[in-house]
Amino acid sequence: MAETQPLRGPFRVPSAADRPPKQVVRLNVNGHAREVAVRPSDVLLDTLRDDLGLTGTTRGCDMGTCGCCTVHVDGRPVLSCLTLTLLAEGAEIRTIEDVAPAGTDLHPVQRAFAQHGGSQCGFCTPGFIMTSVALLARHPDPSDEEIRREISGNMCRCTGYNKIVESVRVAAAELRGEEVASVASPGDLDVPRGAYDKPAGAYRSNGHGGGKSR
Amino acid sequence: MTPRESRSPHGVGQRVPLIDGPSKVTGSAVYTDDIRLPGTLVGKILRSPHAHAKIVSIDTSAAESMPGVRAVVTGSRDLRTFGVLPISKDEVALAVDKVIYVGDCVAGVAADDEETALAACEAIRVEYEPLPIVGKADDALKECPPEQKLHPGTRHSSNLQKQVDQNFGDVDAAFAGADHVAKGNFRFVGVTHAFTEPHCVIAHFEPTGRLTVWSATQVPHYLHRDLAAVMDLPMHRIRVIRPMVGGAFGGKSDPFPHEMIAALLSRRTGRPVKIRFDREEVFLTNHGRHPTKTSIGVACDGNGKLLGLDLDALIDGGAWGSFGVVTTYYNGVLSVGPYRFDNFRYRGRRVYTNKPPCGAMRGHGAVNSRFAFEVLIDELAEKCGVDAAEFRLRNLLPPNTTTLNGFRITSNGTEECIRRVVEASDWKSKRGKLPYGRGIGIACGFYISGSALRINWNKVPQSTAHLKIDMDGGVTVHCMAAEIGQGSDTMLAQCVAEVLGLPIEWIRVFSRDSDLDPIDLGSYSSRVTFMAGNAARRAAEVIRGKLCAAAARLTGYDAEGFDTRDGHVVWLPNPAIRVPYLDAVLEAIAGKGALIAKGCYHDAPPMGGSHKGAAAGLSPTYSFQSYVTETEVDPETGFVKPVKVWAAHDCGKALNPLAVEMQIEGCLHMGLGQALMESFGYNRATVGNPSFLDYKIPGPLEMPDVEVHIVESNDPEGPFGAKEAGEGPLLPILPSLANAVRDAVGITMYELPMTPDRVLKEIEKKERASAVREASEAANPKETVR
Repeated sequence: MAETQPLRGPFRVPSAADRPPKQVVRLNVNGHAREVAVRPSDVLLDTLRDDLGLTGTTRGCDMGTCGCCTVHVDGRPVLSCLTLTLLAEGAEIRTIEDVAPAGTDLHPVQRAFAQHGGSQCGFCTPGFIMTSVALLARHPDPSDEEIRREISGNMCRCTGYNKIVESVRVAAAELRGEEVASVASPGDLDVPRGAYDKPAGAYRSNGHGGGKSR
Repeated sequence: MTPRESRSPHGVGQRVPLIDGPSKVTGSAVYTDDIRLPGTLVGKILRSPHAHAKIVSIDTSAAESMPGVRAVVTGSRDLRTFGVLPISKDEVALAVDKVIYVGDCVAGVAADDEETALAACEAIRVEYEPLPIVGKADDALKECPPEQKLHPGTRHSSNLQKQVDQNFGDVDAAFAGADHVAKGNFRFVGVTHAFTEPHCVIAHFEPTGRLTVWSATQVPHYLHRDLAAVMDLPMHRIRVIRPMVGGAFGGKSDPFPHEMIAALLSRRTGRPVKIRFDREEVFLTNHGRHPTKTSIGVACDGNGKLLGLDLDALIDGGAWGSFGVVTTYYNGVLSVGPYRFDNFRYRGRRVYTNKPPCGAMRGHGAVNSRFAFEVLIDELAEKCGVDAAEFRLRNLLPPNTTTLNGFRITSNGTEECIRRVVEASDWKSKRGKLPYGRGIGIACGFYISGSALRINWNKVPQSTAHLKIDMDGGVTVHCMAAEIGQGSDTMLAQCVAEVLGLPIEWIRVFSRDSDLDPIDLGSYSSRVTFMAGNAARRAAEVIRGKLCAAAARLTGYDAEGFDTRDGHVVWLPNPAIRVPYLDAVLEAIAGKGALIAKGCYHDAPPMGGSHKGAAAGLSPTYSFQSYVTETEVDPETGFVKPVKVWAAHDCGKALNPLAVEMQIEGCLHMGLGQALMESFGYNRATVGNPSFLDYKIPGPLEMPDVEVHIVESNDPEGPFGAKEAGEGPLLPILPSLANAVRDAVGITMYELPMTPDRVLKEIEKKERASAVREASEAANPKETVR
């Protein structure tokens, strides 16, 4: 018995000639107007990653099961792999790249995930952060149970979730203006540089940055 | 507050957030699929729709003539086979003459865009002639003609790949003389890693004749070796780069066909080729934990002293060898701890079937046998009338001993693990005393911390680290240990920060580029902290010596008296004599150039027995665990809901308690998945549930409260006393939960996962049995008297 049937699904991939032409849409992404050419079948995830270079939004399953690709559309967390780009025209789209306030500062949610073990391999992290930011905007003081329910559309295989819940809880407290105990972070320490306390007369420093040597 | 013991604010024992955290939480971390090289083509793989079939013909002409298609490659005998283990290099980049599982690679296409590549795959005409499918492990054991063997080169006249027989002491005599024997036949379905980042590779054959490959891999060095073999290139003409990896858990620890296919397509086109899997492809190519049938007997005397273990495992390997020979050994030999017994017999068999290949997955080889063993220990304890925790305490291996099969045990914190979780969980007032439907169970674990012997028989050290310090004072650490999210970069930085007494932001780790970073064998078998940590520490100690010598020259005090601490080189007899770190650096490099040093971890000291397979499972040190799990079981629905886990793990020394907790909780989540819901389903040999819709893993609402207890036994050879924390902590969660279910409703689960239907069936079976017993007691009152 001879067979020639392909593996891939009952559907047929359209050949180039069958595909509808691209059309230009104007999107509002992270506060900026962007124009992209898309097909009616294109999803927002592809547009963000491939056309706009916003690769912080990750692709885990392409079918709405993992939550990695979560972005905000008009403030609501949505799965960008299941959102047609054309339908997002005119909406406010916000991605992980726009969460940090400015420069190298982190948003409290980002800081909490980094410091409290909410992120390991990091692949699901942008999705969790988008979900959490949206939750806390709506609900500044969620219970653990509410946090768990809210993030249950996002999948993480590294953390076991408990440290993610803790991260969201810590971020919520910080956003409410409460004092948050800080884990020693790699950014905020005294570093030896240039001037030091020198033991009296023990030796002459040769300085730093091309100073005179002994 | 007690003074900090470590030399650095981020040194040993400090809770240090992962150093790559900021890039991950901002979306700026670069995974393979995020890399955009100019002119990149999209690669797609045409996969077999048959579990077993002869390839009669492949016609690629229509695909090749499609506009936008740049290359099509198919299998060839001229391409070398490959595989992670030198003893089972049975994998091919592309099928030759036949396909052996649904998803086997038949052709590779490179095209201008994804749709064209997919359309080209459809345009390839393949004529198959189906062959009989080997679907079950039992069928694979049957003798068959050579043409029905998946791999004709094997020595057996069936689809048996590997058989292990080991025998220590006299198991039959021990069982005959035992007061109590517990036996069981356990069945385990396959489970898979379910990492979030699908496989992705970019290969670029450059005009210079060099091949650069970016791949989401745990084992860049093994990929490097096998690329050299398949592409027939010397290793120096290949550069392997490991970008950020989005989870792996053993699922990215083989060199893969798609990596070879991308390289072949790039050689044909001269352009970068990227192959990114969709989620279905990840499931179809599996490499997860083996479906296993485990028959086990455990014997003890009347005082609850373990006498012997009789173990038999039939392991369904799927289509390829992968790590399977190791898996076959590990199913047996990793059961020799943490308990002492004098008689041990093991038969392990791994067979080839027409299922997707199985391979290494977190807790590799140890998980299923551990489950069976620990469940039967509870049964024995009950027969002896000894508390389950006490039974375990009576049978522990001591520290600094040798197991019956020659494993060298050094540090061993099992006893403290048990005592800690028993006390924290209030075990004594709960065990056997909770209301029906609520129970508490205990189990232990035992795992390697790296393999003592290397996979490839050469003299390359297991791990090497290079350090460089120039006048800016920043410390560059090079080591190919693969950061896959477990925090190995942070671990390397901490080891160096500790030795040099520096804050961690002075350390920068490069662990991704084979052109720049010295060989580490990879992130598998829980070897990285122990081996790469030792390598980095040793390199840093060389640098420290140079800094101390420089401080001595500057101050006139003796070099031996100096040590590095908190950004200074301090003369210990009088700590007021101290040189700022940067001054010491400038003095040390004056006239000589940047400080450089290397350190390596070569091999553990000679160890092990001389029997066949004695090297399997040998490790420079072992980790130990004990967990107590409390659970609810709904007797009406069979639904199991673990409530709380007290998890004690002996990691030698927690270099970073935060990271150790992260590993333990992650292990626990993955183990609970296997215990409660995860199941790789097959329709004969085809994967039946290749998506996260149908392959269920625990979500945030299903995770119990977890209380981590870190036990530190200070390993004599580990870096600062450390050993592994990434795999062993998976082992005890499954049996501790099963034992809790037994405590709750009185049933023993011989099959995983413990789905509500299975649990309910067991409860009903038990209720029927007790109803029959009551009825017969009522009918024959004499028997009750007896």
